[in-house]
Formats: sequence, C-alpha cells, structure tokens
Amino acid sequence: MENDQDKVLDELTSGEYKYGFVTDIETDVIPKGLSEDVVRLISAKKEEPEWMLEFRLKAFRHWQTMKMPAWAHLKIPEINYQDIIFYAAPMQKPAPGSLSDVDPELLKTFDKLGIPLGEQKRLTGVAVDAVMDSISVKTTFRESLAELGIIFCSFSEAVREHPSLVQKYLASVVPYTDNFFATLNSAVFSDGSFCYIPKGVRCPMELSTYFRINASNTGQFERTLLIADEESYVSYLEGCTAPMRDENQLHAAVVEIITERGAEVKYSTVQNWYPGDKEGKGGIFNFVTKRGICKGDDSKISWTQVETGSAITWKYPSCILRGNNSVGEFYSVAVTNNYQQADTGTKMIHIGRNTKSTIVSKGISAGFGQNSYRGLVKVLGKAEGARNYSQCDSLLLGDKCGAHTFPYIEVDNPSAIVEHEATTSRIGEDQIFYCNQRGISTEDAIGLIVNGYAREVINKLPMEFAVEAQKLLQISLEGSVG
Amino acid sequence: MKSEFLLQIKELKATIDNKEILKGLNLEVKPGEIHAIMGPNGSGKSTLANVLTGRDIATVTHGSVTFEGKDLLVMSPEERAREGIFLSFQYPIEIPGVSMVNFMKTAINEQRKHRGLEPLSASEFLRQMREKKELVEIDSALTNRSVNEGFSGGEKKKNEIFQMAMLEPRLALLDETDSGLDIDALRIVANGVNKIRRTDTSVIVITHYQRLLDYIVPDYVHVMYDGRIVRTAGPELALELEERGYDWIRKEADVNEETWTTDRK
Repeated sequence: MENDQDKVLDELTSGEYKYGFVTDIETDVIPKGLSEDVVRLISAKKEEPEWMLEFRLKAFRHWQTMKMPAWAHLKIPEINYQDIIFYAAPMQKPAPGSLSDVDPELLKTFDKLGIPLGEQKRLTGVAVDAVMDSISVKTTFRESLAELGIIFCSFSEAVREHPSLVQKYLASVVPYTDNFFATLNSAVFSDGSFCYIPKGVRCPMELSTYFRINASNTGQFERTLLIADEESYVSYLEGCTAPMRDENQLHAAVVEIITERGAEVKYSTVQNWYPGDKEGKGGIFNFVTKRGICKGDDSKISWTQVETGSAITWKYPSCILRGNNSVGEFYSVAVTNNYQQADTGTKMIHIGRNTKSTIVSKGISAGFGQNSYRGLVKVLGKAEGARNYSQCDSLLLGDKCGAHTFPYIEVDNPSAIVEHEATTSRIGEDQIFYCNQRGISTEDAIGLIVNGYAREVINKLPMEFAVEAQKLLQISLEGSVG
Repeated sequence: MKSEFLLQIKELKATIDNKEILKGLNLEVKPGEIHAIMGPNGSGKSTLANVLTGRDIATVTHGSVTFEGKDLLVMSPEERAREGIFLSFQYPIEIPGVSMVNFMKTAINEQRKHRGLEPLSASEFLRQMREKKELVEIDSALTNRSVNEGFSGGEKKKNEIFQMAMLEPRLALLDETDSGLDIDALRIVANGVNKIRRTDTSVIVITHYQRLLDYIVPDYVHVMYDGRIVRTAGPELALELEERGYDWIRKEADVNEETWTTDRK
C-alpha cells in the first residue's frame, strides 16, 4: 500500500485527463433525435421481446409529458434531445462468444484504460463487464461465476436469457415514472450489467462494470440491475471514462439494487467522465438515478462514490430501508475543479423498525467549481428505533469556488435519532508550508491533505480502486493552487 | 570553491508588511557548530527562521544567504528542505487524515529523489522509524496517528525532533522548541537533539531562555536586538542574560547605535 502511494505521487507530475483518446472503430449509429420510432428501432436492434418494447414505449410517452427538473443548484445549458444519437454500437459479430470474436481495437481500448479483457491479463479477483457506448463488449469470468449460480452478464443478454428475473425486478426500485432522466433512460436504455446472486452465496470476486463513451454526439443510457437473494453478498464496482470532446455529452443511467433478507451489497463507483477543459468547454453531463431497496430484514446496501469527473453531476444514490434492522450507507467524495458543478448526495428512507443509516459526504471545491450536498433523511411513522448519522464536510481550495449543503430531515416517528454534522474548511497556507518545509512540493502537499481529508471514504473502496481513487483526486486538483 | 561555512548570512535585511524587521544581520555557521540565538520579543528571531526556510511572509530586501556555497534565497521552500535545512516549528501544524507514516515516507523520498537516491524500501523505512522513535522516546502509537492531530504540546515538539531524526538535516533550526515544555519533555527533546547530531550537523537554537542551553550546549551565543546580532560570545553569555535580563543589552545596543551614527558623521 505504501509503495503504491509513492507510485501515485510519482505519476502526478503529468496529470492531465489520461483517458481522452478516441478509438477508431466502425460504429453502427442510428440517426440523431428521439421519437417513438427511435425507441422502436433501439428495441428492434436489440431483438427484444414485446414486453420490453412496451415498457420502453410507456416510459417514452410519459417522458414527453415531463420537464427537466430545475431544483438542483446547477446551471445546466439547454439540452436539445433531437441533436443526440441514442444508439451507437461498435460493429462486431453478434454476441461474441470467445475473445477471438472481439474486435482487437476494442481489446486495445480497454487495455489502454487499464481494463484488460484477455484471458491472460485479466484483473485477478475482478470480473468485468465492459460496456462501450450502447453495448456490452465482453463480460469476463462468466463461466466460473455461473458454477456458483451467479448470473453476471450484459443487460441485453439478461432480457433474452433470464426474462422472468428481469420482469420481476426491473423498475421495481426506480419506476419508469420516477424522474425526467430515469424516465428517459427507461425509454432508450441500451445496455448495462445484470447481476443475480443466489441464496446464501458470497460472491468470491469483485464484480465490475466499466463504462466507456467513445462515439461523438452520442448519449449513453445504461441500466444496471443487481439482485442479492437471501443471505448473499456481493461487492460491485463501477468505473467510467470518455474521450475529450468540445461538445457536452449526456450520460443518464439507472442503477437498481434489491437485497433480500440478510443480503448485503456494496456498490462502489469511481466516476471519471471527461470533466471538460479548463475553460469549462465540453465534458459529460452525468445525470444518474441510483437507488437500492433493502427489501428483506437484516439486509444492507452500501454506496461508496468518488466523483472526480463530469462537467455536471446530478446524482443521489439512495436506500429504501424497508426490511427491519436493515442498514443503508452512503460514503461520498465529490471534487469540482475548474468549471465543474456537482449536486450530489443521498436519500435514506427509513420504513422498517430499527433501521440504520450513515451518510458521510466530503465535498472538495477548487477553481470555479460548485459543489453541493443534497440529502434527505426520512423516517416514516412505523420506523420505530430508526437511527441516522450524517456528516457533511466541505473543503475549499481557493476563493472562487463554492460549497453548499442542503440537508432535508423529515421524521414521523418520535423514537428516531437523527444526527447531522457539517463542517467547512480551507486548506491552510500553514499546512502547505509545513509540508514544503519537509521537502514536499505544494502540489504533492495538496494531494496528501486532500487524500487525508477523503480517507474515511477512500478506505471504504476495494483496495485496487482506493489507489486509483487517490491518484484521481490529486490529478483532478492539479493546477488548482496558484 | 567550497566554502568553509555551511551557512553564511551577510548584511541581511528583510521586511514584513513593508516594515523592516531584519536590519543588516550577519551570521556564519560552520559544519557541526551549535549556535544559540537569544533576544527579547520582537527582535526578529522568528523572522530569521522564516527567511531561512523561505516562508513568503517575509521579503528579503538586501544581503545574501548562502548554504553550502549555494544561493539559498533563490530556492523554493521545498528545495531548501531537500538541501538539508530543517525547521522545528514553534507551533507544529495539524494535518488531519494524513498518517505520520505516509507523511514521513513522502518527505524522505522527496529528499532522496533530490539527492539522486532510490526511494527507501518499506522495511528499511520502518526500521528507521522504529529506531528514531526510541531515540526521542516517542510513543509508538503517535506515529500511527495523523500528523500532529490531537497531540499534546509536548508530543508535538517531540514529534518535530523525531522528524528531524528521520530527515537527518545538515542544518537544524529549533524555533522556541523549549516553549511550553515541562522539564522532562525538555530533557527528552534536548537529549534527542544531542543524540541525533552528527559531527557535520549544525544547529541554530532560537530561544528566549537559557534552560534549553543547559542540555544543548552551544558553541556560540548570539544576542539579537532590533533586527541585528548585537553581541556574540560563548555559552557564558546565556547565563549572563539569564541573570541580568535583556535590558542592559538593549541599552548597550542603543548606545552603540548612537555612537555608530555619530562616528559616521
């Protein structure tokens, strides 16, 4: 771990966005714009059953009646939905069975991103579903997981091969009417990951999805559905990057998690979409709905996110604590540098008895960045003995950035205990000088201090990702101190 | 040509907020020497430490400072540190969440990189940590905590000396290291300094009081007054100051100043 730390520091001398390249690959692209025909076309491309198309159409019709939400502390330029391509798929033979069927360009791309898909080079202990633009390119370790009864595949495959599971759980946590972006996603989602952990199984490796946007003028709308059956456990990781482009690109994903009695899901995200350049040009609009339900008693859902990328982030990974004694956690580090904006937080809905939630949010603002925490803790009347602890810290670098906190607390049960703590601090000149005096440069000092500040959250990540996240934090703050 | 002096300060003038604090200070330190700088509040002792370590609150307006023959004033604070200048802070800073281990390892490897050396291996680093901890009688648990966070005043000072032991500087500046220490902590800190000192390490002890000099015996005692060194002698001067206070120095210096200006006329 300590050695990694050194490597981290060494690599930081050249810290621009490292993932901004474009893969030159033939891509199947449908015409720009959104209409019922486009929804049908997407469904047809994916050779979906009728029920899936019906779901999409219902969502699309509903979406047409909706308006984009305006309550977030964000300045979002007008998005022209007729100017977006809603489906773009790298050309390859249908459903690659073996690795030799996958286009070498794609393998090279994921190699470059540090996600080797080849049998020899696979990340040990991590099964990956690699998604480029609208489709899943390859899912590793499928067979060995299948031996345990674990289903880990692309969403499209799940629709074909496990329709009853998909039908049972799809939109059971985030209904198609939920919100503007989730509804849009329900109409046009292209691919994503599907995961089912059967009763009593502890998934022996980390499961992960790596999302890559490649094609230009394209939106990415993926859908992830994760079901942990009784007494099961899985740790799930999500990473994402995109090329550097001058235009903004829309990413509107939906993630749903269901935990049955005694099950536990740990969901970690390292979000590193292209944040735009120093003047705020380009970058991804990351408008994502993530929600889990602790359906069974004694179940647990834990969200950990490190958000360093995207021009604008709008995201509230939430937990519905329905089972008695269920536990919800949210650990977040969100960085906004240059002209990045983030409005992120969580909702903890306590329904069951003795439900418990923990929220730790660490915002870091630099440059002209605007960083908001928005969180809701809601305790319903029957949630006897509910407990929540929230801690929202903001760290400011420089004097042109902003940090904002919007906590909402609604309690309908008198036995509930809800705690909220908030702090705002600035990196002190004296802290930096202290590091300088020990031979540590100012950039590295900021990296150390910021990583120290975020440690509580970073420690929640699986180790490989923790190292990655530390690097990211420092890189995204590069040049933020004059 | 290499200078016989480790540190050479000539006619140094420096201002803070346009107010002149150092008014033509001269000081020469050879390798291995211990110098004590004493003087009343406001005489410019801390400003001298700031100027030597490159803290930008003070602006140098005149004079030169060379360290091992190199111009110190053009170096950044971190370069000076890597060259071997160490400051034991009067008020050590807390850095929450950053472990002492991580902090120290980063600092040592930056210094090694500067000197063209490979980073220290984990086992060698831990061995040194253990060894140096014993040297300054620092509680093992402290180095597992965040930098100075929740340390008592004495622990912070001991931690400074511990860092000094780890970094093995060429020149150590101890800025009021004795302030706020009880007699036991003072003894530990002073013994630490003595044990760590190698023959070529020089130390500048900035202090109000003589008591630290009972343990760290200086080769020279300088008295600073009004931005200048007004008197230099052996360790006996510290005792004299302890007995007589600073007033007589003040008077003498003011008189000299008058005489000097009169002479000039």
